[in-house]
Amino acid sequence: MEGLTLSDAEQKYYSDLFSYCDIESTKKVVVNGRVLELFRAAQLPNDVVLQIMELCGATRLGYFGRSQFYIALKLVAVAQSGFPLRVESINTVKDLPLPRFVASKNEQESRHAASYSSDSENQGSYSGVIPPPPGRGQVKKGSVSHDTVQPRTSADAQEPASPVVSPQQSPPTSPHTWRKHSRHPSGGNSERPLAGPGPFWSPFGEAQSGSSAGDAVWSGHSPPPPQENWDQTTVRTVASATTAIEIRRQSSSYDDPWKITDEQRQYYVNQFKTIQPDLNGFIPGSAAKEFFTKSKLPILELSHIWELSDFDKDGALTLDEFCAAFHLVVARKNGYDLPEKLPESLMPKLIDLEDSADVGDQPGEVGYSGSPAEAPPSKSPSMPSLNQTWPELNQSSEQWETFSERSSSSQTLTQFDSNIAPADPDTAIVHPVPIRMTPSKIHMQEMELKRTGSDHTNPTSPLLVKPSDLSEENKINSSVKFASGNTVADGYSSSDSFTSDPEQIGSNVTRQRSHSGTSPDNTAPPPPPPRPQPSHSRSSSLDMNRTFTVTTGQQQAGVVAHPPAVPPRPQPSQAPGPAVHRPVDADGLITHTSTSPQQIPEQPNFADFSQFEVFAASNVNEEQDDEAEKHPEVLPAEKASDPASSLRVAKTDSKTEEKTAASAPANVSKGTTPLAPPPKPVRRRLKSEDELRPEVDEHTQKTGVLAAVLASQPSIPRSVGKDKKAIQASIRRNKETNTVLARLNSELQQQLKDVLEERISLEVQLEQLRPFSHL
Amino acid sequence: MAVCIAVIAKENYPLYIRSTPTENKLKFHYMVHTSLDVVDEKISAMGKALVDQRELYLGLLYPTEDYKVYLSGQGVCQGGPTVARCTLGSDNLKPLRRKKKEMFRKLHNSYTDVMCNPFYNPGDRIQSSRAFDNMVTSMMIQVC
Repeated sequence: MEGLTLSDAEQKYYSDLFSYCDIESTKKVVVNGRVLELFRAAQLPNDVVLQIMELCGATRLGYFGRSQFYIALKLVAVAQSGFPLRVESINTVKDLPLPRFVASKNEQESRHAASYSSDSENQGSYSGVIPPPPGRGQVKKGSVSHDTVQPRTSADAQEPASPVVSPQQSPPTSPHTWRKHSRHPSGGNSERPLAGPGPFWSPFGEAQSGSSAGDAVWSGHSPPPPQENWDQTTVRTVASATTAIEIRRQSSSYDDPWKITDEQRQYYVNQFKTIQPDLNGFIPGSAAKEFFTKSKLPILELSHIWELSDFDKDGALTLDEFCAAFHLVVARKNGYDLPEKLPESLMPKLIDLEDSADVGDQPGEVGYSGSPAEAPPSKSPSMPSLNQTWPELNQSSEQWETFSERSSSSQTLTQFDSNIAPADPDTAIVHPVPIRMTPSKIHMQEMELKRTGSDHTNPTSPLLVKPSDLSEENKINSSVKFASGNTVADGYSSSDSFTSDPEQIGSNVTRQRSHSGTSPDNTAPPPPPPRPQPSHSRSSSLDMNRTFTVTTGQQQAGVVAHPPAVPPRPQPSQAPGPAVHRPVDADGLITHTSTSPQQIPEQPNFADFSQFEVFAASNVNEEQDDEAEKHPEVLPAEKASDPASSLRVAKTDSKTEEKTAASAPANVSKGTTPLAPPPKPVRRRLKSEDELRPEVDEHTQKTGVLAAVLASQPSIPRSVGKDKKAIQASIRRNKETNTVLARLNSELQQQLKDVLEERISLEVQLEQLRPFSHL
Repeated sequence: MAVCIAVIAKENYPLYIRSTPTENKLKFHYMVHTSLDVVDEKISAMGKALVDQRELYLGLLYPTEDYKVYLSGQGVCQGGPTVARCTLGSDNLKPLRRKKKEMFRKLHNSYTDVMCNPFYNPGDRIQSSRAFDNMVTSMMIQVC
């Protein structure tokens, strides 16, 4: 017990307390009464107090000697810290906070400082010093300071309870004699070098209960306005010895509770200057980060503090923001939880107001007092109103700022609005769609479908895209592209394969026709492709004319004259379309055959028909049957959905028949059958744009072959040998053409399948997009 | 009403992802990840000129229908550390585009605020910013 070791602060504190209790200035013995009061002020239960007294030996001695007093004080501290009261605990408990006595308002000061003053002030408070306005948080300070034992939850929670509690303890117990004593200490207080810690206590009710005399005394003693008293008599002076860190700790308790005292602010400003000499300037984020990292708070909390304090969200701290941030750091270090949003007192503008009001108050320099009293109450009404309006204004201005300052985002976003707003969501064709560089009518249709279907898609630069689309459309209109049927939507390889075909640009008519044929559904938005010229009817003859003239250049328009007539026979690959018409009457056939050969001479390919015709005429009768047979054979075969094979079959049949029929009739039939097929491939060509070309080419080839064959045929009757050779040659050629046509057919079939698939997918997409068209 | 909000970094990992608890979170993770492909596709389709813009509001990425929940992914791609933000929103058939854009604007602003914080290292998960969380919560709660 005797080996009590006290730290310097404790030493000083205890000595002061001893002096305080040493009413009689004995320097040795303390008045029991005073000590008892002191102990009661420590807010310890009476039994604890008794225990302490026992432990310290006072009961034994009957009085409080200095050592006993010190021990007792230490025990009080121990008890207040929650440690069990043991004799050994005096020395074993490390870092024992100084004992606190009664609720002091010194929230912002270290505990010892607070209790330090609280002691002497206790008397005053008991005697009913005018309590500071409770709302000002001085209560809070007091509560916090003496409730440091309790976990440092938000000061608010503690505020209401403790100040009420503390005063209750002391004043009622103040014996009558006490008041007398109070007067002494009041005088003593004033004499004290302590600068008479002002009545930090918030003895609300008790103050009044206190004797009026005491009030008078105290009021006389207490520096005029209690606030000032608090300001001046705060342990700031005492705390001058404390380091900056302690100051920070002390400043954990704020007025409301986030107010910044003047000293604090001064400190902050000084710190600000170390980073940024210009007080009106900014501290960049990186510098601030380094600075606050020094405080050793976790990064998470630092980022949250930054979030709170960087009011204008500019990544830099103004002086006010810096002070707010610093203040929050200090608070956090002292155990206060960070608020969800910036407290009003820390808002940049308000801090300025505080400064102006606080100017005359503080004599102290380094030490911060918890003196919340700095804020004159007059300010408070204005502050809340400002507080309320400020955040709103700020937030709104922030919003404006964000919209205007964040130019990149706002501009781009506003671009969106400007671009999209006028467009009708349902029908707007504003939005870009992945542009397919390969233009085609169907593709354009698809693109437009997409646009209508999805308004949201790619609104970024509809203006940019639209012109491109338009250009595409122009392209499409100007130059025919290709088998649009295959260029459905995205990435259909077939379309690509066809797009690459340069020759397709040739005949607009055919392509357009086929286009329209293959994608009847998609022709809605764009105008339907111009109707192919009337000469374009399904009659293969016209087509043949076209194709022949275009592609081969050899063929003449002789075929054009065929519409009603049988198309030139020499081409076995030709569709039997006209043949359908033809065979109506065998006479017609005959006439056809007769006419065709006549017309044939116009075309070099068909030139041989003249001979053939002669030939045929002689064998009309025979041929008629054959033709009739063959035509029906051919026709039905050709009428079959898959003409190629049937045609081939027919052709082969015809050929075989031709072979069998060694005479002209065979030739005639051959001639006829070849005539039958021709229209069909042509028709097919019409349907599918792409294949037209190759078809045409093949067609021409075939026609050439056939022509050659036919050319050779008429010579048959002339010489059997020749016929045989010719037949063989023709057979060969026919076979070749057959294979070619077969290939063609398969390709066409494939294309047809692709087109159908594309169409189906398009329809599916359309259905999918349709519900979102009004999104 | 957004069912899930995610902020994805350039390296295709989520900086922030949060979904309403009613749905399976993993599903949303998947969807966010797959929507990245759509974002990439759209970006590539948009062409080089548009990539110059710092941000692209891609709008509706891809509509899926799942239990009558329409997921609309909208991505905003911005330069720098490319961050795509996708909001999967379950909408009552017709969320206004305007509102969605508002949402994204707010989201973007909040994200900018987070980035401004010197204590935030780019590439970290956004778990420190309460303001961001609050904003996200408000987006998820409000009904478009």
